Amino acid sequence: MSAIAPPATADTAPPTPDYSEYKLVPARHPWRWVGTVLVAAGVAAIAWSLVTNPRWEWGVVAEWFTAQSVVNGLIETLKLTAISGVLGFVLGFILALMRLSASPLLVSVSWTFSWIFRSTPLLVQLLLWYNLGYLYEKISLGIPFTDVRFFEAQTTTLISQFAAAVLGLTLNQAAYSAEIIRGGILSVDQGQLEAASALGIPAWKRSTRIVLPQAMRAILPNAFNEIIGLVKGTSIVYVLAYSELFYTVQVIYNRTQQVLPLLLVATLWYVVITSVLSVFQYYIERHFSKGALRTLPLTPLQKARKFFATHVAASPTKDAR
Amino acid sequence: MSIIAARKESTTTAQAAHQTQAETSAAASAGTTTARPASADQQATRGQVDIANVRKSFGVTEVLKGVSLSVPPGGVAVIVGPSGSGKSTLLRTINHLEKVDGGYITIDGELVGYEVRGNKLHELREKDILKQRTHIGMVFQSFNLFPHLTALENVIEAPIVAQKRSKAEARKRGLELLDRVGLKDRADAYPRQLSGGQQQRVAIARALALDPKILLFDEPTSALDPELVNEVLDVIRELAKSGTTLIIVTHEMGFARDVADTVVFMDQGQIVESGTPQDIFANPREERTRSFFSKVIEPAFNI
Repeated sequence: MSAIAPPATADTAPPTPDYSEYKLVPARHPWRWVGTVLVAAGVAAIAWSLVTNPRWEWGVVAEWFTAQSVVNGLIETLKLTAISGVLGFVLGFILALMRLSASPLLVSVSWTFSWIFRSTPLLVQLLLWYNLGYLYEKISLGIPFTDVRFFEAQTTTLISQFAAAVLGLTLNQAAYSAEIIRGGILSVDQGQLEAASALGIPAWKRSTRIVLPQAMRAILPNAFNEIIGLVKGTSIVYVLAYSELFYTVQVIYNRTQQVLPLLLVATLWYVVITSVLSVFQYYIERHFSKGALRTLPLTPLQKARKFFATHVAASPTKDAR
Repeated sequence: MSIIAARKESTTTAQAAHQTQAETSAAASAGTTTARPASADQQATRGQVDIANVRKSFGVTEVLKGVSLSVPPGGVAVIVGPSGSGKSTLLRTINHLEKVDGGYITIDGELVGYEVRGNKLHELREKDILKQRTHIGMVFQSFNLFPHLTALENVIEAPIVAQKRSKAEARKRGLELLDRVGLKDRADAYPRQLSGGQQQRVAIARALALDPKILLFDEPTSALDPELVNEVLDVIRELAKSGTTLIIVTHEMGFARDVADTVVFMDQGQIVESGTPQDIFANPREERTRSFFSKVIEPAFNI
């Protein structure tokens, strides 16, 4: 009986027209065009003012952009970023492992470290490190409560401006990166650790070969945020009169009174560094997404090549048609 | 019904080899635990598992209430029972992923996770436990493959890191194992590029890569779509003939009947009864066993 039903409905329903020869037309979005035009007009207006307003003093910017003193300052900024970035993340990794360990002592030490360094302003930390000599005249290494000393030095000679800057930036960075790394590790499924320990893989290798490569996917975007923040954050060490990029341009504009053009010089360099870092970020994130995506998206370079290949190859055939 | 019966026929020859062992194990598990003294034939035997009066609690809930079970070398024990009966926990105590609160487990007479000092059992250091685990392969319900490594890299990770084998040797053996589970051509695929059944077969190859004496399967097909279950079960069937001791927790009753020499029925943290598949499925002695099977086995499923 039920076998008869389908033809019956086919009889009553109007016959379906055959659309197989029709051309498909995608929906049009006229408002997108309006929006695009408005944004383009706005961008053009800003660009025009940048070029035509003489008060930007682009000539002065160009003159100082590659000046020796500015380049020296830039190198110092890169040095500070690299050293305190690397040390900060290494220390942060150790702190994160401590925080996740089974030992209550390690957990509380790590927690207290993050608590202190995240709750005090970086500016205060830097000034405190720089003035450590006032609190402790000498720094020595020996056996506590005895007179045995292996090493002793004046604090003021040990803590230079550079040392104070690195110390302050590193410890502060470690407190933040510890949380980022911990978050990344927590995002990895517990079953991964279980499988690894069932296979007899030792604890250290479980962390470095199984958990960390997977955690990197969650860690990297935040870590690059931190590094990029650190690049500009280094400008705070001007309070120690440390001649990095920002302090250098300050010294120059105090002398020449060309405040805005010189701030632009520093700004443009920060933009350059951030742009380079963003490119690194893209490729490093891509590397660690291996296995997480079924197929990796094309890199911009590969996309360009593909575009070029298909369009250059396609255009003669279009002509032929 | 007839399909199952036919499949049963084909495996009886393979099981004949285990038959005598199955009888011993059935006898052992029904009665007391066989404490194996070190003997001359110890060298020849490989993969004897003895679980003695194991207890385990999570908080106030006692999930294992004194479980004893012996599986002879090369034996295939299938543990069935309702969820929450302690099957998986029991399995996880065998490689010390779960610490016991009482009782002990030995493999070929060697204590798992503990050593005797004086008249106490002291827990081993992690290093020694990890070494013991290399003799015990485990396959998980949720596969737990390492997603950032290819199928082959998953298989060779433990031999290289835990057993310090050379990379070339591990790769060669890894490819053999992938071939054995029918996935040689997918060696370079990442787990997410594989189907669930393929992933579980890679996980089995990974467990085999350490040449374990014993393989533990924790509901190996429960996370799979129905049509993918058999490709995994077929691999396990093959293993059952290989002489490796298998302990399997599963809900696949047809498979249990096919492959087991001993079926163990657990409920509420205890072994209710154990015996040959015929005994347990066709003539269960206990009411609890009977009522469980009446719920999980479809009417068409008959011996």
